[in-house]
Parts: sequence; C-alpha cells; structure tokens
Amino acid sequence: MIFFLETLIGGLLAGTMYSLVAIGFVLIFKASGVFNFAQGAMLLFSALTFVSLQEHGIPFLQSLLLTVVVIVIGAVAIERAVLRPLMNRSQITLFMATLGLSFILEGLAQGLMGAEVRALDLGIEDTPLMLGEVMVSQFDLVAASTAAVLVTVLALLFNKTHIGISLRAVADDTRAALSIGINLNRIWQIVWAVAGCAGLVAGLLWGARQGVQFSLSLVVLKALPVLIIGGFTSIGGAIVGGLIVGAAENLAEVYVGPSIGGGITPWFAYFLALVFLHVRPAGLFGERAIERV
Amino acid sequence: MTPPPILQVDNIEVVYEQVILAVHGVSLSLAEGQIVALLGANGAGKSSTLKAISALVGAERGEVVAGRVLYRDEDVTRTAPDVLVRGGLVQVLEGRHCFGHLSVEENLLAGALAGRASRAAVQGELERIYRYFPRLKERRRSLAGYTSGGEQQMLAIGRALMAQPRVVLLDEPSMGLAPLIVDEIFDIVARLNVEQGVSFLLAEQNASVALRHANHAYILESGRVVAHGTAEALSARSDIHELYLGAGVAA
Repeated sequence: MIFFLETLIGGLLAGTMYSLVAIGFVLIFKASGVFNFAQGAMLLFSALTFVSLQEHGIPFLQSLLLTVVVIVIGAVAIERAVLRPLMNRSQITLFMATLGLSFILEGLAQGLMGAEVRALDLGIEDTPLMLGEVMVSQFDLVAASTAAVLVTVLALLFNKTHIGISLRAVADDTRAALSIGINLNRIWQIVWAVAGCAGLVAGLLWGARQGVQFSLSLVVLKALPVLIIGGFTSIGGAIVGGLIVGAAENLAEVYVGPSIGGGITPWFAYFLALVFLHVRPAGLFGERAIERV
Repeated sequence: MTPPPILQVDNIEVVYEQVILAVHGVSLSLAEGQIVALLGANGAGKSSTLKAISALVGAERGEVVAGRVLYRDEDVTRTAPDVLVRGGLVQVLEGRHCFGHLSVEENLLAGALAGRASRAAVQGELERIYRYFPRLKERRRSLAGYTSGGEQQMLAIGRALMAQPRVVLLDEPSMGLAPLIVDEIFDIVARLNVEQGVSFLLAEQNASVALRHANHAYILESGRVVAHGTAEALSARSDIHELYLGAGVAA
C-alpha cells in the first residue's frame, strides 16, 4: 500500500511539472487561438538567459527580474514582427509562423549563449522527505507548490484585474472585444509576456532537474498529451491533465511495465492522449471542439 | 433645421477578401442627436456599412477601398477601432456577441476598458446603465451566456454605452426577439437618445419598428442606397413598402 501511495504521489508531483509547461500553451491558445509551437523555445531561451545572467555573477532576484524584462521585450517584438502582420490569417498560418519562430529562438539562444549543458542550482535539496511512512521527493514538492502559486497568481490576474477582464473578453469573443475598443495587439503582447513568464518558471524547474540545454525545448512534446487530456482552453485542465499524465505514467511503469518489458514512460502519455481523443476530443475541461494541429 | 452631422459617409465601397464587393458607393449622414435607420433585406450591405464606419471590417478581411467616413468632421476611414471607441463611436454587433463566460457586470466593465476611466467613474457609469436597464442589475452576477436573448441585447447595448459614446451603431437589435422585448429595447434606445443625447445609426430588417423611432432612414439594396428621406415620408410611400420593406409592414 505504501509503495502504491509513493508511486502515485511521486507521479502526481512529477505531473505538475508537465502542467507548468502546458499552462503557457493554454494562455496563448485561449487568447488568440494560436497553438504556439515556440513555447518550448521560449522556455529554453528564458532559462538560458537566466543561467547566463547568474554566471555573470548577478544575484538570483536581479537575474529573475532581468529575464522577465527580456521576456516582455521579446513578447512585444514577436507581436509586432510575427503576429500583427499575420492577423486574420488562418490558424495553420499562425501555427507555421510559431514553428518558424521556435527555430529562430533556439538559434538565437544557442548563438548568443552557447550550446553546452549548463547546471542550474535553485538551492532546492533533492533529498527525499518522509511524510508519515511515505517517501516524497522534496524537489517535486517544491515544483508542485510553485505550480500552485503560479495558478493562484494567474487566477487573481484573470478574475480580479481589468487586464484579466480584457483577456477573458478577447478569449471569449475576439470580434466583440474589438467592437468595444479593446486593443487586440496590446492583449496579445500581454498574453505572450505572461505565457513567457509561465515558461520561465517551467524552464527553471526543468532546467534545475535535467540541466539547461537544447533538449529543454523538447519538454513541450510532453505538454501535448497533457493538453489533449485537459483541454486546450482551461488552466485547470492543464493542471488536472498534468496530474493524470504524471500519475498514469508512474503507475503504468511500475505495475504494467514489468510484464511488457518496461520502458513505458516515454510513450504512455501519448497512448493515454489517443484514448482521450476517441472518448472526449475536447479534453476534460475543453470549452468547445477545437481545431487541432 | 437639422443639426450638423456628427457622422458622414461619403460614397464608400467595401470589398471582402479583395474580391467580394459588398457596398457600392453608399453615402449617408447622421445628424447629432438623431436616430437614423438603415433598412433593407438580408445581404443589402447594412452590416458592412456599419462595420466600415466602425473599422471592424478589417477583422473580417474586408476593406474600405473607396470613399471616406467623417466623424466630427475628421476623416476616420483608416482609424483603428479602439481609437474610434475612445473618440465616442461604438458599434453593437449583430447577434449581440456578449462575452458568454463573463458575468453580466464583467461584460459591462469590459465596455469601459477602452476609456481608461477611473474606478469611481466606471462605477458611476455602471449605475447609469443599471438605471436604464434594471433587468441587467438583477442579473449582474449571472454569466451572460445564461441570460435570455432580450437581456443579451440589452447587455450588448449597455456594454457599448459604458464607453460613453456620442454615436452608437446598432446592428439588428430586434433580431430573434419577441415583439414585446423589441418594443422595450427601442423605447430604451429612444430614451437614451433624448435624455443622453446619444445619436444612433441602426440597421434593421424590421422596418416598421425602426421607422417608428427613427428621424430619418436610408433604404439599401445590393449595396446601394435606393431611397432615403424622413421616417414619415418613407412610411407614407406605399411603393417602398411593397418593394423593400416587406408586406407585413403595411398591416
């Protein structure tokens, strides 16, 4: 029983790491209907920026602030140079644009900051913690709490501020938002900046776990099944989807793995997503049928 | 006799997707403090004309390719929609388009966002809207998506009024609503016009209701103005009824 609990809890906590990545997608998808393939590259770029600043001896908090500034400037630049000229184009056009953007960002990141693996130490001890008789990874616990804080901050931003109302208005009915004078370009800049910051949080945690390197941009591939399960338009869905993927992966690896020779983790999430696509194509919390790419 | 025009449309042409010509040279004028109706069948170009004025055609891959729009004597043909809203020109879209996942009150608050007014000013504005639409106050906490069609139309108008406009472009306010509700909405529009001095340019298929409340009307067919005049004069012309306004109106 304890072993089962440990597996389950470990999986759930690891799942919040997927949720963190998925949240960035949800934000941009909700506000603009764009599936932002460049989210992974943004995550890599921001984590690399942070690590490089740290290496130059800039303290933690200042590095974090400077990275956020870089993200905001980047978001404005992306809106001006990529999104605005393509406004009103089809979703596939915008998707292709973000695909191109991801290569530009990855190239820029490696050109400016180097391609070698960088260690990132957030000062989190990765020693197991005993909760009663259940052993829990301290790092996973920190990651899960960070996800909880991020979701709370986003919920406050969306529900209690004027910017939040305009973001939700745009997500709900873009044309109506335009008709009452909401400036779409500014909303897109804000959303990309917020998604970039969510990406930074995810990038730092993933970077601390596996080193900051090129492959960091591939964690987005793990966010895809999370989004399909949770729904592309719900932050709550991203969280629940992440938890389901994390728990299912861990449980399947431990209980099903041995009978089919192991190695389930890399593909089980996609298998699960495929099942969901058959049963509930809009995802658990999806608002409507969504054109998927 | 007629006050000076606050809005003037000069011979505009609207093209969608660079090929579909929806409006061929429409001219009209809206005098300050008046209600002007734009009548005509489905596809006559009423909505396109309104969206050309509010610059919302751009969001539908449309474009004003000729002519110009003057608002308060200024050429606003290429002005962005948010700038127009801040300047006091707002459109209420056909089909209401409320934000379904936002509460009624949040919908109204969203209407004030373009203006960058202070919180106190917005609160005052909200109270003003609730005086005109007491039903919205009752339903302020409900999600707009769960309100009735009439309430949604009121909400769409109230939301537009939150920006404190001088001109409201109202597209098909009667669409899909029971006659009683239509009367209620038109009465409120008339009160807003008299008490607040808001000018309305409204597109309607329901010509009889529109002509009852409008000062002046234009009749559109295939993207052209085919007749215009005061509401009384147009109501009196039987040929117009038969040709453009539908047989039901004569009854």
